[in-house]
Amino acid sequence: MPTPEQAIVNSSQLLPPPTPRRRFVKVLLGGGLLASAAAFLYPVLRYLVPPTTADLGGDSVVAGRVGELKLNSGKIFRFGSRPGLLIRTASGEYRAMSATCTHLSCTVQYRDDLREVWCACHNGKYNLDGRNISGPPPRPLEAFDVQVRGDEIFVRRRREA
Amino acid sequence: MSPLRNVRNWLDERLEWDELVAPLRKKTVPLHRFSYWYFLGGITLFLFVIQVLTGILLLLYYRPGANEAFESIQYIMTQVQFGWLIRSIHSWSANLMIFTAFAHMFSVLFLKAYRKPRELTWVSGVILLFVVMGFGFSGYLLPWNTLAFFATKVGTEITGQVPIVGRPMMIFLRGGEEVTGATLTRFFGFHVAVLPGLATVLILLHLLLVQRLGISVPPRLEAEWSANPSAKRQMKFFPNFALRELMAWYVALAVLGALAAIFPWNLGVKADPFSPAPAGIKPEWYFLFMFQTLKLIPAKMWFIDGEVVGVLAFGLLGMLWLLLPFLESSQPLRTKSWITGFAALALAYITGMSLYGHLAR
Repeated sequence: MPTPEQAIVNSSQLLPPPTPRRRFVKVLLGGGLLASAAAFLYPVLRYLVPPTTADLGGDSVVAGRVGELKLNSGKIFRFGSRPGLLIRTASGEYRAMSATCTHLSCTVQYRDDLREVWCACHNGKYNLDGRNISGPPPRPLEAFDVQVRGDEIFVRRRREA
Repeated sequence: MSPLRNVRNWLDERLEWDELVAPLRKKTVPLHRFSYWYFLGGITLFLFVIQVLTGILLLLYYRPGANEAFESIQYIMTQVQFGWLIRSIHSWSANLMIFTAFAHMFSVLFLKAYRKPRELTWVSGVILLFVVMGFGFSGYLLPWNTLAFFATKVGTEITGQVPIVGRPMMIFLRGGEEVTGATLTRFFGFHVAVLPGLATVLILLHLLLVQRLGISVPPRLEAEWSANPSAKRQMKFFPNFALRELMAWYVALAVLGALAAIFPWNLGVKADPFSPAPAGIKPEWYFLFMFQTLKLIPAKMWFIDGEVVGVLAFGLLGMLWLLLPFLESSQPLRTKSWITGFAALALAYITGMSLYGHLAR
């Protein structure tokens, strides 16, 4: 049993704050906790990012068959994971373009009465080359190349020059 | 004045914050050689929180449905970054949580913490254990693999053995006569909506009761301490015990992370309802003792089906277990009672039967 005096001496020996040592322990503990928090958060953040899906279909797809489209009409086809628009003009020419409106990504359609490409969401209009001519769309639709091979109509993305 | 202090004062002015947390400040934890058992409830709670968090993460990619469930988990495990880890943690944490819940329950039994006035804490805890087992049973089916499919078939079939209410209950659980995609949809709903809601309410009640009644001291120690108050030792809950509990959680997290990374959970083979059950179909380990018992009961006992006897016996024991504190006479200083013996017997039976079931072909 220590006498009260001894106890006081002991506690006074302990009491002066050994500051550097305490700081060191604090930094070690805090750093360790921070590091493990980062180790838990990193996988979670990576997990939250959805994996990119491969753009199926590549550069060229069969958009339709000859004779499928009447004069002055259009149809939507799948171009990879996005829709494309194939138009047969009044003169019998084929045109193809992206069907995703450049304004807010609605899917556009061919209007045979206007002979224009029209977006129903905000009344955006494009001409048959895909150029934005009226309404809110800021940019033209991406135009695709059309090739008729035998019975099938091929649509391919334009190569960058 | 620091900004943190400002926020505190703002809250205190409106909510009387200090008064609100005062009971937490006064709370103490008794110190004795069994004090370590007090950590188990907290660890179980921690693992439950992990389940909620990883469960929400899995919901970002999981799709319920017989044609999509297996593929979506395959996708999580092979395409999504760290998806294998999240799923593995969810599975491992589920199993560890059931283990710590059982351990917590038996520690409460052997330290006799269920006695008056803590009967309701016990009852809410046992119901929570049943809920957690429900989580396990419903979650097991969600990957829609062969093992899960047949385990669910057998499990729901056993429910169907209960006289009178059994069959309607089985049809309710399966969403029809057979285990199909409809069962998967239901189990998904139970797993992510019904049971979490139930568990949250029960956990809050359980914690509220623990907070209100304080922490139990084993009866023998209680007698010693009341005879000699200077021998009484305790620790402040906040921050002393809370920090220790935090360290226990940290260790639990390390164990969990290591298990999940070193032994990633298998996905198995996609369920085919029209293929024969593969050999060695077993339920999850925490159902194994019941499964093994049912296997050992003869087909006919007297004039009743063996299965029915087994199911009824387990139902009765479950009820008895739930009401255990009410069955003990309230002699404050009795340290030994039949309940301790009964608990030891139950522990031995569960351990023995589980091992037997694990090793049996």
